[in-house]
Amino acid sequence: MANGTIAKKLPSADQILEPSPFQLMMRRVLGHAGMTFGGGVLILIFAAALFAPILSPHDPYTQDLTKRFLDPVWGATGSWEHPLGTDKFGRDYLSRMMFGARTSLLIGFSAMLISGILGTALGVAAGYFGGRVDIVITFIITTRLAMPVILVALVVVALIGSSLTIVIWVLGLLIWDRFAVVMRAATQQARNMDYVAAAKALGCSTFRIVLTEIMPNVANALIVVATLEVAHAIFLEASLSFLGLGVQPPTPSWGLMVSEGKGMMFFKAWVIAIPGTALFMLMLCINLLGDGIRDVTAPENRN
Amino acid sequence: MLLYALKRFGVAILVAISVSIVTFSLLHVSGDPAAAMAGESASEEDIEYVRKHYGFDRPLAVQYVDWASKAIKGDFGQSIYLKRPVAGILAERAPVTMTLGALSLTFALVLAIPLGVLAAMFPNTIIDRFALTIAVIGQALPNFFFALIMIILFGVWLRWLPISGHASWLNFIMPSIALGYYATPAIMRLTRAGMMDVLSSDYIRTARAKGLKPRVVLFKHALRNAIIPVVSFSAVQLGFMLGGSIIIESIFSLNGLGSLAWQSIQRSDFEVMQAIVLTIACFYILLTFLADLLNAYLDPRIRVA
Amino acid sequence: MAERILTVDNLKIDIPVPAGMLHAVQGVSFKVDRGETLCIVGESGCGKSLTSLAIMDLLPGKAIRTATTLELDNENVLDITEDKMADIRGNRMGMIFQEPMTSLNPAYTIGNQMEETLIRHRKASREEARDRAVFLLEKVGITAARSRLRQYPHQLSGGLRQRVMIAMTLMCGPDLIIADEPTTALDVTIQAQILLLLAELQKEFNMGLILITHDLGVVARVADRVAVMYAGQIVEQGSAKQVFENPTHPYTQGLLECIPIPGKTARGSHLGSIPGIVPSLIGEMNCCHFAERCSYASNHCHSAVVDLRPGFTNAHDYRCVMSPEQCADNLKQKVPA
Repeated sequence: MANGTIAKKLPSADQILEPSPFQLMMRRVLGHAGMTFGGGVLILIFAAALFAPILSPHDPYTQDLTKRFLDPVWGATGSWEHPLGTDKFGRDYLSRMMFGARTSLLIGFSAMLISGILGTALGVAAGYFGGRVDIVITFIITTRLAMPVILVALVVVALIGSSLTIVIWVLGLLIWDRFAVVMRAATQQARNMDYVAAAKALGCSTFRIVLTEIMPNVANALIVVATLEVAHAIFLEASLSFLGLGVQPPTPSWGLMVSEGKGMMFFKAWVIAIPGTALFMLMLCINLLGDGIRDVTAPENRN
Repeated sequence: MLLYALKRFGVAILVAISVSIVTFSLLHVSGDPAAAMAGESASEEDIEYVRKHYGFDRPLAVQYVDWASKAIKGDFGQSIYLKRPVAGILAERAPVTMTLGALSLTFALVLAIPLGVLAAMFPNTIIDRFALTIAVIGQALPNFFFALIMIILFGVWLRWLPISGHASWLNFIMPSIALGYYATPAIMRLTRAGMMDVLSSDYIRTARAKGLKPRVVLFKHALRNAIIPVVSFSAVQLGFMLGGSIIIESIFSLNGLGSLAWQSIQRSDFEVMQAIVLTIACFYILLTFLADLLNAYLDPRIRVA
Repeated sequence: MAERILTVDNLKIDIPVPAGMLHAVQGVSFKVDRGETLCIVGESGCGKSLTSLAIMDLLPGKAIRTATTLELDNENVLDITEDKMADIRGNRMGMIFQEPMTSLNPAYTIGNQMEETLIRHRKASREEARDRAVFLLEKVGITAARSRLRQYPHQLSGGLRQRVMIAMTLMCGPDLIIADEPTTALDVTIQAQILLLLAELQKEFNMGLILITHDLGVVARVADRVAVMYAGQIVEQGSAKQVFENPTHPYTQGLLECIPIPGKTARGSHLGSIPGIVPSLIGEMNCCHFAERCSYASNHCHSAVVDLRPGFTNAHDYRCVMSPEQCADNLKQKVPA
């Protein structure tokens, strides 16, 4: 046999070195346009929020009544001094936007963590134990779903006062339902797997089985719900702040900025357009990231 | 069927009771409801008066039973601000919110179901992409911001639609869209997924093998089955819309339960707030119950055991 | 001369897949006469189900169907519009599927689903359709037919549902029925009942029947003619008698060795098996499709296409380079008489 044919049959280096799982994952992530876009913009928003004290051109609280409602840089009265203009107290809009991102992200992630722990605990318990535990927890979930979130949050905030911490706790204690529902279903599925039966047969404790056998298998569902709930919490905070019962002035919050700009919106639409669009972009990117994680971790379940 | 309905009704009643307990406890989360109701500037005597007047000095269980038994009879007490029976105020305001809710759901369904069906019929085409884009955008757009954009665009710049009040049906167009579009992405995805599932099913192949017209295959055989999960989901969404009406009603100055809730919070009128929360929660329970019955009607596997 | 119901000539089905073009069916030809049962046999994935769907024009959207001839009652049905084809489906030819559990719509009564066929094609009234449905349900051996019409599919067992499916296919009195593995999903005890019922009805209504199956025991009982398919091609075709008595193609021989014959197969002896797996049908294949698994394959088999040709008689075709006599000898050496 000639040398040429042998060389032809030899596998190339790429074929021998199979890409590592991480490389494969990165390829899928970068191949997913929505996820790349969402993740990219989110990183920018995170950076803006994290480094707001360094990056912001002005102090977000400093008022200057001589400079009220200055246009953004592209407007008639705009200048690079205030790239996104100023609000009704002459505060720099860009700086307030950057600090507002902190509020949104802080509330979004904290409320998600609280609701995540609560909802996952309830959902996994219901799914794993079944029977009466399941009936009781399902009943609690049904009751929770019947309570109108925004109204209940408003009543509670109105009764005990509103602050960043209170808003986080109220939202966290209200929006655990989706975690519970999804985790319950995922656990029910995982519970019937043979490896769980095997672990039981080996005499593993319930806690150990849940932690080492169930949790890794419901992790994907958990991550997807977590991203969606961050967006949900951010939306609710913005709604509460918009109604004047969320984050209290002068703390910058995008929902509050839309609310404060309402009076001027017929004359200067950018006053609400800037924080509104920012909210939209933030929620869009979190959702895209969530959809992306779902697609990438379970490509067979696309759509 | 009757047994199924009775069972579901029993569950609905139990949920209603547990909802009423939660609603009742809401007033007590602050520790002292009398202080909260009397307001920040109230004196000791004022607070003491409120406590006596509302019976907050009695044991909690007694207060709950008293409140709940009155609520069943439609007596939600007196509004501390409006000095009128709460039930009467609610009855005045409810129709606006119910209309808004019904119109919003209609809007959501009219947009979501055809889009979902089309996307399922032509997966991975431009139609599918379009539907998906609508869904992704709809899910991310905060409704208060969308409402304000519409007001600027259609109310002020184009002057097509009135921006506040509830004088004519025109007043309901923008609020219904603002409240309803938020539910479209989820309903659309659910319709699409259900339709994809059904269209690849064996009985659709059978229907085609019988030579039925595409229209009959699609509407009689496919949609009927694909729509079943959408029914319960829509009921849940309508419940959420009623809860979310507070934002939209306050933006468009619609005199419904939502704006009443907002006003009542400003006025520390907690009897009214409690009644609104309970009413909307009970309405949600009623809706999900009706949806279950409708599902049983649509799906003989539930109806005929 | 029997009346010709169906003529299929050089039917090809290609399906684009990410790895290239999947040639699922490669030039299949056969004929069905009135009152005749043609059995198409072969293992899973050999293209027999796709062939049946292609005749009904019910292939999945991506699949591309081509043929030289496709005639029903000497009328071309190859290039007719979807509307015209829909007029034929369920009317002049009907199809029975493999899964009776999922082939009926769960949302409607069986009466509704049976009646709609007749109403659609014959503009019959609801009452006429109902009477016809009752008549046919009784024909397929369902008792209390009138009250069964009000039942939903989930209230019936698998065997009953398949009987309903058969009755439903007969609603318009079709000329041809295609049954795609109609008993595979059923209990063994019910399988024979359903098949015999199908054969009985076929004789009674004097229809053509294409029965697709991988169960040779079934074929032996009901077939007039047999077509053996392997990897998208017919490898042997002839009357049931010819194919069972003189199996010529090595694959057919192998298939027949796989089934025990009462009285012939010795207790405790080994049943045959065919080693290897079905080749991938993606891309062009310039060789005998069975070569990889054939114990008689020569170099020629691996490098040249083999055509279908007449065997012992003109009405018995096979696709092998060996002569019929050689094939018969091979079989004799393998199975001591």
